[in-house]
Amino acid sequence: MGIEVIFKGRNLIRLMEGLLVAMKISLLSVVISIVLGIILGMLMTLKKPGITFISRIYLEIVRIMPQMVLLFIVYFGFAKMTGINLSAEASAVIVFSFWGTAEMADLVRGCMASIPKIQYESSTALGFTRLQTYVHVIIPQIIRRLIPLSINLITRMIKTTSLVMMIGIVEVLKVGQQIIEANRKSAPNAAFGVFAVIFLLYFLACWPISHFSKYLEKKWEN
Amino acid sequence: MDEILKIEHLNKKFDDLTVLEDISLEVKKGEVVVVVGPSGCGKSTFLRCINGLETIQDGKILLDGETVNPPLGNIKNYREKIGMVFQSYDLFPHKTIIENLMLAPLKVQKRNKVEVRKEAEELLEKVGLSSKKDNYPRQLSGGQKQRVAIVRALIMHPEVLLFDEVTAALDPEMVREVLDVIMELARQNRTMLIVTHEMAFAKAVADRVIFMDGGVIVEDTDPKSFFENPATERAKKFLSTFEYNE
Repeated sequence: MGIEVIFKGRNLIRLMEGLLVAMKISLLSVVISIVLGIILGMLMTLKKPGITFISRIYLEIVRIMPQMVLLFIVYFGFAKMTGINLSAEASAVIVFSFWGTAEMADLVRGCMASIPKIQYESSTALGFTRLQTYVHVIIPQIIRRLIPLSINLITRMIKTTSLVMMIGIVEVLKVGQQIIEANRKSAPNAAFGVFAVIFLLYFLACWPISHFSKYLEKKWEN
Repeated sequence: MDEILKIEHLNKKFDDLTVLEDISLEVKKGEVVVVVGPSGCGKSTFLRCINGLETIQDGKILLDGETVNPPLGNIKNYREKIGMVFQSYDLFPHKTIIENLMLAPLKVQKRNKVEVRKEAEELLEKVGLSSKKDNYPRQLSGGQKQRVAIVRALIMHPEVLLFDEVTAALDPEMVREVLDVIMELARQNRTMLIVTHEMAFAKAVADRVIFMDGGVIVEDTDPKSFFENPATERAKKFLSTFEYNE
């Protein structure tokens, strides 16, 4: 089946290193997305026409454009246009943050809109100031709704990093291909075994994360 | 007895729509005023104006002779003195029952934690919910949640309590337990303004009945005359909708 090639030489370690590259890109992008997404999401709830208009266009672009096209635009197009040579990793983080910020902002906006008006009113009626209402009542509820949703975003990002091999980043999928190519003669059927192991690696990376989000969701359900 | 709450020529508009027109009312200390009237007559808005949840276009609302609305920048201080319980369950879902009760006394009134906890536990005991103090609101029934909401208002030591159709969203079998709590408060001589559709309860609890229709006070009288011998056609018509005769 070709599993044996995995244990030849440094192959397994190389696969793990590839996974690490993917994780690094996605985690960095997630952190940037969460910070920028919260800011943008809060701006969106202000309902200022200019902000609403721009954010709508931004969200639509992210939804319509395949991530791969965005990767090509940033990595190849941007470099040609400006002469600035971005590394493939930097381009990947930019594209993933661009995508993640939009998703995150939409989640934040949704969570904020889902807090019933009565929560603001009853806090006000109890004598809380606006700031106290946000600190003690509104923001804790938003965070409880937001964290499980943003964890889902992390797992989706990890999965989507498989695209970055298209701009030459050697991540787990690329390493797998290299292993298959290198062993074409000795193990012509290695593809199944190698990709099965990659499947398992992605699963091991994403499953605990998605399980953790389910746990939080359950713990905080109202 | 002295007036604790005074409303002078209150006018409230939503854009061009007049909701309340020239409402004047004086409430004495310890008085229980029940406000009734058809849906949309402005009675909920009236309550919300009293603690400044709604801005007003004209007139004045005074508590202990000091202006609450239009706000003079210190409305927060008055809100602590005016407790309000709403129709929908408005407990903080991320906090336990005892935390719900303690939050405002600790953060708004900066009271001592031990003392506040003790009072919260005593009040829960009184409404029969001691066993629920570490539960979350989602684990309580509607009637239990409303009883907690009443306690959450009480623990602030308000001078006036406002009840805005607190049983309207409850299942019928839970209405009683909430009304019993309010009745008990009436016995303690609390000053209360109660908006309700429960006519039998209104009759039992009220010292005075205000009948509103179309944003104005149509009748302001004692419960006996209002329910047995209403002075106006509008009140008669309103009361007849609660009877069910062939």
